[in-house]
Amino acid sequence: MSHDLPNDTGRRRFLGLAAGAGALAAAGLPGQSNAQVATKAKIVILGAGAAGTTLANRLVQRLDGAQITVVDGSKQHWYQPGFSLIAAGLKPQDYSVSRTDEWLPAGVTLKPENAAAIDPEARTVDLQSGETLSYDYLVVATGLVLDHDAIDGFSLDMVGENGIGALYAGPDYAARTWKAASKFIDEGGDGLFTRPATEMKCAGAPLKHTFLLDDLARKAGTRDKSHFTYAAPQQSLFGVPIVAEKVRMLFDQRKIGTGMQETLKSIEPGAKRAVFDTADGTVERAYDYIHVIPPQRAPEAVRQSGLSWADKWVDQGWVEVDKHSLRHRRYPEVFAVGDVAGVPKGKTAASVKWQVPVVEEHLVAQIAGDTTDASYNGYTSCPMITQVGRAMLIEFDYNNDLVPSFPGIIAPLQELWISWLMKEVALKPTYNAMLRGKA
Amino acid sequence: MKDLTFETLIAVFEEMFGRGLFWTMVVAAVVITLAYIYVLIRDRAVSWRKFLWAQLSMPLGAIAAVLFVQKVTRSGFADIGGPIDVIVLLGVAVAGAVGLAVLVYTAESLIWPKSETED
Ligand SMILES: Cc1cc2nc3c(=O)[nH]c(=O)nc-3n(C[C@H](O)[C@H](O)[C@H](O)COP(=O)(O)OP(=O)(O)OC[C@H]3O[C@@H](n4cnc5c(N)ncnc54)[C@H](O)[C@@H]3O)c2cc1C
Repeated sequence: MSHDLPNDTGRRRFLGLAAGAGALAAAGLPGQSNAQVATKAKIVILGAGAAGTTLANRLVQRLDGAQITVVDGSKQHWYQPGFSLIAAGLKPQDYSVSRTDEWLPAGVTLKPENAAAIDPEARTVDLQSGETLSYDYLVVATGLVLDHDAIDGFSLDMVGENGIGALYAGPDYAARTWKAASKFIDEGGDGLFTRPATEMKCAGAPLKHTFLLDDLARKAGTRDKSHFTYAAPQQSLFGVPIVAEKVRMLFDQRKIGTGMQETLKSIEPGAKRAVFDTADGTVERAYDYIHVIPPQRAPEAVRQSGLSWADKWVDQGWVEVDKHSLRHRRYPEVFAVGDVAGVPKGKTAASVKWQVPVVEEHLVAQIAGDTTDASYNGYTSCPMITQVGRAMLIEFDYNNDLVPSFPGIIAPLQELWISWLMKEVALKPTYNAMLRGKA
Repeated sequence: MKDLTFETLIAVFEEMFGRGLFWTMVVAAVVITLAYIYVLIRDRAVSWRKFLWAQLSMPLGAIAAVLFVQKVTRSGFADIGGPIDVIVLLGVAVAGAVGLAVLVYTAESLIWPKSETED
C-alpha cells in the first residue's frame, strides 16, 4: 500500500528537485486535469490482478470519499506474461511473483479472500468467510480459471516429469515446464504443443512456447533429432487472419507440423500418448514432450451469479457486458474488465491497459450523474516471440485490423529485435506502471 | 500503446531500474553533463589533446554499449531483423560512444586542469 494523491505529488516534486532538472520536475507532475468527484458510493472490485489493481489505483485518484473494497484471496500477484520466459529457462521463477497488497493504494480495503457468491439483484457479494458485502457498484475482475480436470489422465502434479509441461498454471509450474522442456531439447523426440477450444488468455502464448523450444533446440544443435507438432482445435493458427498466414509461413520455414481442428481430450502419461477429438473421431499421437493448455472459464462464483451470457460461450460463462463500454447489459451498476469480460478478443494485459480507463470513465460519469462516450475498441496485443532475440509486435482490434502503436517504424508482421527488446526489457516495467495507474 | 506521455515514460523507467537507481542515473548523467559544460567554460576552449583521447575512446564506448545491451537481453547481431533494428543498434552505439567521450574528456579536464600548453 503506497501512496494516495497528495503524497504522490509531493514525491514527484521531491524527486524532480532531487534530480536538479527543472524541466523534469515540471513534466513529472501528474496531469490533474480531472477534478475529483465527491461521493459516498460503495464500490466492490472482485480480483486484484492486472485489471482490478489498475482500476483501484486509478479510482482513488478520481473519487473523493468512495468506499472501495478489493476482494482477492491470492497473496501473490502474478505477472503472467513472464511465464513464457520462465518456461524457456530465460527468467527465474520469482521473476513473475510479487505481493498482491504491495500494489494497492492507501484508502482501499483489501479483503484477502475470494468471493463465493454474487447476487446482482440484492447487490451483495458473499465472501468465503461468510461475510457479506453490499455494493452500489460492482466491478468483476476475477480473471479466469484453468480447467485442468477437463483433460483426462492429466493432473498438475505430473508437470515437469515424463515430458509434461503446463506453463499457464503458475510461476512454479512454468519453471517445472522448463525442466521437462529442456530435457526434450537435449534428447529430441516428438514434441506436441496444444491449445484449448475455449477462449483463452494470450492466444499467442502457445505459439511462443513452440517457437522458443524450436529455437533453443536449433541453438543446442539438437533440432534434427526432434519433431514438432502444433495441434489446435481451431481452423487457423491465430484468430486474426493476416497474422495466421504469417505464422503459417514461419511454421513452414521452421519445419513445425500442424494438426488443425484437433482438441486435446486425454493423455496417458505412462505410454506417452495423447488423444485428440476431431470431426471424424479421435486421433492418437505419441509424444516425448507435450505442452498442455487446458480449457479456460470464468470462476465458479461468476458462473453461478447470473451475470454470464446465456446464449454465448455457455460452457465458459464470461460476463455479459457491452463490448464497447464493458458495462453489464442487464445490471448497469456492474462492469467486467480483464479476462472475465464477455467480449470477443481482449484477453491480454495490454487489453487491460485500454479497458480500465474506459470502465473508469463510465463509472465516474455514472457516479457524477453524467455520461461519457469512452469506448473500448477491442485492442489486444501480443508480442509474439519467434526466437530468443526476435518477436513480432502484433496489435489488433475487434475488426481484426492491425493497429500498430508505431506505424511505419515497427512493422507488426516482421520478426524484429526491437520487438524482442520491448518484451524482454520494457513490458514488465510498463505492466508495473499500469498497475500503479500510471500507464 | 495508449497515452505514451513523458510521465508514462518516467514511470516505466522507474519500474525498469527501480526508483532509486533510475534517479541516481539521471543525477549522474546531469552531473557529468554539468561538469563537462563547467570545464568548457572554465578553460574557455576545447583542448584538442584531451579531445583526441576522448575521440579514441569512442569506438570502445560504442562496442561496450552494444555488447552490454545484447548481453542483458540475451540477443546478438543475428537477431537484427529489419531497418529499425539497425537504427536501434546504431543508436545504442552512438550513445555509448558519445557518453564515454564526454566522460573521458571531463575526467581528463578535472584531473589535469590546464596541465598542457594549448595548441
Ligand atoms: C502464459 C501467459 C502469457 C501471457 N502473455 C501475455 C503477453 O505477452 N502480453 C499480454 O498483454 N498479456 C499476456 N498474458 C495475459 C495476461 O496475463 C492476462 O490477460 C491479464 O493478467 C488479465 O488480467 P485480469 O486482471 O483479468 O486477470 P488476472 O491478472 O489473472 O487476475 C485475476 C485476479 O482475480 C483473483 N480471483 C480469482 N477468482 C476470484 C474470486 N472468486 N474472488 C476474488 N478474486 C478472485 C485472482 O486471484 C487474481 O488475482 C499472458 C498470460 C499467460 C497465462
